[in-house]
Amino acid sequence: MSATGFQELAQAPPRITSRFDGELLEVSMGPQHPSTHGVFRMNVALEGEIVRKLKPVFGYLHRNHEKIGENTSYLGSMPYTDRLDYFCSMTNNWAYALSVEKLAGIEVPERAEYLRVILAELTRLVNHTSLLGFLLSDMGAWGTPLMYAFREREHVLDLFESLSGSRMMCDYMRFGGCRVDLPPGWMEHARKIVDNFPRFLDEFEKLITGNEILIARTQEVGKLSAELAINAGITGPGLRASGVNYDIRKVDGYGIYPRFKFRVPLGDHGDCYDRLMMRVLELRESLTILHQAMDQLPAGPIMNPKVKLRAFKPPVGEAYGRIEGPKGELGFYLISDGTGNPYRYRVRPPSLINLTILEDMCLGHTVADVMVILGSIDIVMGEVDR
Amino acid sequence: MMIGAGILKGMAVTGRNFLGSYFEKDRLTTVQYPEERSPLPENSRNFPFLVFDTDDAAAGLRCVACKICEKECPPQCIYIVKSAEKKPDYMGKPQFYPATFDIDISVCMSCQICVEVCPFEAIKMDKVYELSRRERFDALLMRKDELAKSNTYYHGIHPLEAATVDANLLAAAEKKKPAPAAAPPPG
Repeated sequence: MSATGFQELAQAPPRITSRFDGELLEVSMGPQHPSTHGVFRMNVALEGEIVRKLKPVFGYLHRNHEKIGENTSYLGSMPYTDRLDYFCSMTNNWAYALSVEKLAGIEVPERAEYLRVILAELTRLVNHTSLLGFLLSDMGAWGTPLMYAFREREHVLDLFESLSGSRMMCDYMRFGGCRVDLPPGWMEHARKIVDNFPRFLDEFEKLITGNEILIARTQEVGKLSAELAINAGITGPGLRASGVNYDIRKVDGYGIYPRFKFRVPLGDHGDCYDRLMMRVLELRESLTILHQAMDQLPAGPIMNPKVKLRAFKPPVGEAYGRIEGPKGELGFYLISDGTGNPYRYRVRPPSLINLTILEDMCLGHTVADVMVILGSIDIVMGEVDR
Repeated sequence: MMIGAGILKGMAVTGRNFLGSYFEKDRLTTVQYPEERSPLPENSRNFPFLVFDTDDAAAGLRCVACKICEKECPPQCIYIVKSAEKKPDYMGKPQFYPATFDIDISVCMSCQICVEVCPFEAIKMDKVYELSRRERFDALLMRKDELAKSNTYYHGIHPLEAATVDANLLAAAEKKKPAPAAAPPPG
């Protein structure tokens, strides 16, 4: 249905004008709040129900990731990257492998490149589906959409498990290729899941897109202007929802992405509704990439035979490898001093940097909207706090 | 259009899923866990174990205590003490052996880097998962005798992988045979 009739109702925030003046009430939301996606706290100053100030507090999940990276071998950091954004371990692996490959000038065999694209796009399916579920559950659609989303996510996780051995902590990619080749029957299984995915998407869209409550809760809520998004360094679907055409798969063309035909969906308003729909559209584009990559997958080795993973010592230098992760630009910056451990190991986490504009998006909205706005940014605390 | 139509449409989807769960298998994916178990895929991995050949767990261990896995283990959960003297391994060749081989699987993060770096195919990943213990501290610290599992067991849990490993070991043994056996093994 066209939502225009209801759109008028949802316009012009703040819809509730405050009857209170002067006194602000400070509320500490989190870190155990169910909608904060982990251990994240917000100190919110409220005037009545309207947010006047918001201060994010994080660090509860800090695990010293970067310092551990400096004290571990290059290979040893790979399983730790799984634990950054634990929804997307495959893309984390890829970003780290990419920067080590840049650092040491390693070539990756053709088949491994294709496998990486397939797995990264499957990860995007996992991430965006679970985000849709989480966001709806933040809005009060508690349970049902999340369970439907998790049911689909589990199909993809089954693929990951039969390939890499683990559902979430895949630890699959290596500098110079991938760890193991596809087990027999994997490709047929994967094709079946990818072919069935649009059915879920159609159903999910029917469930949510016309829903008046969803439209009232998301349209015109948490608007992010393109200018602010660019200045704050926002990347990923959040940036594209504001209408900025910036996708690292297109801009950098890392891996073999230039070989695939896909479109970059762009939003118009930069509100929560656009950010939500951006995910649905990106899922459909991911499916087209998956179909192309699965059709073109060549035979051959999956690992560069020249690379010695153990006692790996890249030459002195520095490298920054970045990929378009499901949440935005995920980059690893490495400085090598020629020894077995990196001298500096830095992660550029999309979740943390996308979270910096939370206050700007929340001001003038109600407390209930804060949860929706936070959910639409798509954060994982494992990556924010590291 | 009437306000509320979108909600009704959504409810129809929910209803279809609810009723469908009685008839369609892919709408009801839940497994009643302790009674039913979904099979683990072949590549599934959990915690490492040590492979031994023959029937004797003490004599047949493939591990020669080279300590590479101990060094490479990212969370440092492996502890090895090398034996003082050599003793014949399962093929009759004098080798060092691990006097102590402990893995604290409460620290282990199942990354299987130990498996990847092992040059002797001695350490592999297990699939067991019901490992809760009553004690708080060292009940999950696995000693050598708990870690040692036979090659037959390995074939049982990872048939394809174990077959490749056996073929590789056989090929390596064949390669070495023509050379005089007097050459001492490195290490």
